[in-house]
Amino acid sequence: MVTLVKTEHDGQSAYSHLRTATHGRAPASDAQGIFFDIKKYAIHDGPGIRTTVFFKGCPLRCRWCHNPESWQAMPESSFRQGRCVRCGRCEAVCQGQAITFPDGYPVTDVEKCVLCGRCAVECPAGAREIIGQQMTVAEVMAEVVKDVIFYDQSGGGVTFSGGEPLMQGDFLLALLNRCRAEGIHTAVDTTCHAKGDLVRRVAEVADLFLCDIKHMDSPIHERYTGVPNDLILANLRTLAEAGKKVVVRIPIVPGFNDDPVNIENTARFAQSLPTVKRIDILPYNRGGLEKSVRLTAGFDLMEGESPSDEQMAEIARTLRGYGFEVTIGG
Amino acid sequence: MNERVRRLRRQSVETHPYISSERAELMTQFYQSGAAWCESVPVTRAMAFQHLMEHKTVYIGDGELIVGEKGHAPKATPTYPELCCHTLSDLDILNSREKTSFAVSPEVRKVYAETIIPFWQGRTMRERIFREMTDEWKATYEAGLFTEFMEQRSPGHTVLDDKIYRKGMLDFKQDIQRSLDSLDYFNDPQAYAKQEELKAMRICAEALIRFAERHAEKARAMAEQESDPQRKAELERIAQVCSHVPAHAPRDFWEALQYYWFVHLGVTTEMNPWDSFNPGRLDQHLYPFYRRGLDEGTLTAEQAEELLQCFWVKFNNQPAPPKVGVTAAESGTYTDFAQINSGGLKEDGSDGVNEVTFLVLDVIEQMRLVQPSSSIQVSKKNPDRFIKRATKIIRTGFGQPSVFNCDLIVQELVRMGKSVADARNGGSSGCVEVGAFGKESYILTGYFNLPKVLELTLNNGVDPRTGRRLGPQTGDPEQFETFEQLFEAFRRQVNYIMDIKMRGNNVIEQLYATYMPAPFLSILIDDCIAEGKDYHDGGARYNTNYVQGVGLGTITDALTAIRYHVFDHKSLRMPQLLAALHNNFEGDEPLRQTLLERTPKYGNDDDYADDVMRSVFEVYFEAVDGRPNTKGGRYHINLLPTTVHVYFGSVIGATPDGRKAGLPLSEGVSPVQGADRYGPTAVLKSAAKMDHARTGGTLLNMKFNPQVLDGEESLDKLTQLIRSYFRLDGHHIQFNVVDAETLREAQKHPEQNRDLIVRVAGYSDYFVDLGRDLQNEIIARTEQKAL
Repeated sequence: MVTLVKTEHDGQSAYSHLRTATHGRAPASDAQGIFFDIKKYAIHDGPGIRTTVFFKGCPLRCRWCHNPESWQAMPESSFRQGRCVRCGRCEAVCQGQAITFPDGYPVTDVEKCVLCGRCAVECPAGAREIIGQQMTVAEVMAEVVKDVIFYDQSGGGVTFSGGEPLMQGDFLLALLNRCRAEGIHTAVDTTCHAKGDLVRRVAEVADLFLCDIKHMDSPIHERYTGVPNDLILANLRTLAEAGKKVVVRIPIVPGFNDDPVNIENTARFAQSLPTVKRIDILPYNRGGLEKSVRLTAGFDLMEGESPSDEQMAEIARTLRGYGFEVTIGG
Repeated sequence: MNERVRRLRRQSVETHPYISSERAELMTQFYQSGAAWCESVPVTRAMAFQHLMEHKTVYIGDGELIVGEKGHAPKATPTYPELCCHTLSDLDILNSREKTSFAVSPEVRKVYAETIIPFWQGRTMRERIFREMTDEWKATYEAGLFTEFMEQRSPGHTVLDDKIYRKGMLDFKQDIQRSLDSLDYFNDPQAYAKQEELKAMRICAEALIRFAERHAEKARAMAEQESDPQRKAELERIAQVCSHVPAHAPRDFWEALQYYWFVHLGVTTEMNPWDSFNPGRLDQHLYPFYRRGLDEGTLTAEQAEELLQCFWVKFNNQPAPPKVGVTAAESGTYTDFAQINSGGLKEDGSDGVNEVTFLVLDVIEQMRLVQPSSSIQVSKKNPDRFIKRATKIIRTGFGQPSVFNCDLIVQELVRMGKSVADARNGGSSGCVEVGAFGKESYILTGYFNLPKVLELTLNNGVDPRTGRRLGPQTGDPEQFETFEQLFEAFRRQVNYIMDIKMRGNNVIEQLYATYMPAPFLSILIDDCIAEGKDYHDGGARYNTNYVQGVGLGTITDALTAIRYHVFDHKSLRMPQLLAALHNNFEGDEPLRQTLLERTPKYGNDDDYADDVMRSVFEVYFEAVDGRPNTKGGRYHINLLPTTVHVYFGSVIGATPDGRKAGLPLSEGVSPVQGADRYGPTAVLKSAAKMDHARTGGTLLNMKFNPQVLDGEESLDKLTQLIRSYFRLDGHHIQFNVVDAETLREAQKHPEQNRDLIVRVAGYSDYFVDLGRDLQNEIIARTEQKAL
């Protein structure tokens, strides 16, 4: 006789496509956050093997951003032409009649799109996606705990990134508390552009902070990110003075922040923070531009060049001169 | 690498393999002489072996330190006409095929036409085997439901333990004599059979000593002619070494390696055994010689390294025996799967890593040869730096060493009846198969095409390619009301086809035991001498037969798709699915995309699919495990494909997982190519849901881009990834670090490469999800890294 193997689980399929929510997940009753990805085997976001949970929504508008899908704190429609089989199902099911097929491929009218998500559900090829999924704390944790054995073995854990996780502060705090209860190491990858009070509360329950310093000059910072840097630098000081371990990360964007003066200023500031021992420098890449063409909403992203390996090595040398442990690429 | 090694390596890599007819001619000469017809079968085989060892060309190459070749020179590849005889058309295919060709000279072709083929046609083991197979067996075999390992090569899968480092062939002769002296002709009805087998072993032991002595003579003669004093001294040393081993136990590092090499040549000249005969735990075997040499000042680390490098070249000089028939056109590798193990545990259960382990790893990295293949055996007792050293080699991207879970292998072997000590001395060989080194005959008997069985099930027992009925009528699939009914039909088909395979296996095994004993190999494997029984006839202490299941990912995803869409969600009706499969999804691309993109898949840590995988595993396990073989041992399962997933895929139409007709199946226990979307941890979690402890080996392949493995930290993380999989009781993992060419392929065929992870910058992502510019940039970077 047949004995089919069946794992005991909660009745719902454990299969969850974050980007597409196609398997009819029942709406949860408790509070939901919004996320655009959960990435396993994240090995550049803190110690050990980690899972990175990407929150959707960001207060900054960095013109080099490689995750522009993280900007808006709500679901948005995305389309990958390469996967499209031109079956026309999206047009047929669109509730706002936003989709047309002018020359063989679907085009979405942003004004009419009501983000119902039907096109993503019906698209057989996964060309249509709704980026951004509402999930409860329990749902996020269900994904996070799957890799506990890898965290335990490697000294890893979970990293909350974004977007800006502090934009969904209550949700972040709830997740951090759950992780602490489960014994999972946590890192928060943040812009530090948030209220000081919230930063302090998060610091009480998070184990590690990964914080960007994008530019030391506030007006230049504002020109490229949309916000000045004083709040960010103040929060960094708050974290360091509270004794929280902080890894500083600098995206190296040629023409914006790669000049030696800014690098030295950044290093001197970081030196004044007692808990900063390590700086990661991350080379700019054009990934964001490519992602932005898939998104229905438009973006004002710069078309820069990636820094050369030699330049990255030179910057690393400078920073090491200030006594930091420096990693290129995180 | 010094100049000598560089030259030997270059010669090995650059010489194109070619067919040598020397062995075939000597074998024919012997059997034509009439000497073969006066003695018992084992003694005849021993005399044939002796004839080869006495007359085959002795080759000592310029600059060589370790000597002896299977052919008359490096890359000269002998044939085995008594087992399977190449036809002229086989030779032409070998000569002209695009990949892994073997040059066939007009002289060899002529010898085949005039001497070899006329004598052996109708007398080979291969023909004998096919004569004995039933029509059912032939029909299912031809339909591609399974393969048969022994139709072209002898059953030989085994690995050596430490005995040759303690005993010379003269010592084995004494053991053989003791066994002969204790035969009880009055009460043991097998006494005569044992006597003949033991006499045969004695002849073979003498033959190998003679073979080595011929090398000593040649080296002495060459030394006399040699004007360069350094080479002269080396040749004299070679002569001394070859006069001492294999007659006596080795006294030093050099003799230990040379002894093994003579044994290797003996085993692979006697027959063409499947496969992978190798020295086993080379690091542990060599360590005492290494330590003593260093302590006494008779050996330096550099000399040891050079000798090992010369030893490595020897393996690479021996391409796998070329196939005949259909497989002559298809077989895609020169490698013969000699897999040298490092690390693991010692017999007493303590950490087996020593200085020679690291020396061996250095040699693997420097030599970068496809043969011998190499592996590390990882125990929780081994230090991290051992694994990390190996990951540095893995990062360089030639697929070696593969990584095994030593602690689990001990469990597997103990479950299959080995003593704890024998299990600890065992390990993996070939691709991933486990055995007790020096004490076990563990025979791979053939691959089993699981997805093809589902195709039969979906056609009520008929092969849709030919319209021929191959399996029982298990019901019209359109009438199944539940997934359980379909699955039960699948289970019945698996058992039916497996019965056919088993019947064939039992006959083939007996044919080898009766007509083609291996007395030389029998000297080397406990307890053939003590029992007076041949390796092919149950003389080994342990006797295992494996049947290797293929296409686990494909069959899982196919069944999962049916369960999900047809039965659970009722979003697809069976007739529509069957029609789409029949039409190879022509005109229904949206359905194919739904099956590919909107269906739970194995490899994503999703219980919905992984539970189906576990169910398939249980069916396969039940169909095979525990059945008796004819040597007093039992059948067990492996899950590995070598390259047969390509052939098996070519005989199957479209499958319910969205795979089109004729495309390759998934390999080993890896997910279907491109089906895993959540990265390596999810793949490992899925694969570990299978009970590896009840197998004799599983194979998991993982692809990485070199940039994902950039820097020290990422190697630490890879080390811990491996440790984690082994904590979950995974058996084996190997890493393919991709090259730029693979990435270009992925650009062209994204759907088959959905699983390819690359480092973008500060983060890793699926290659096919990146835009073209970024893809091109990564291709360029990958090319740079390779330099």
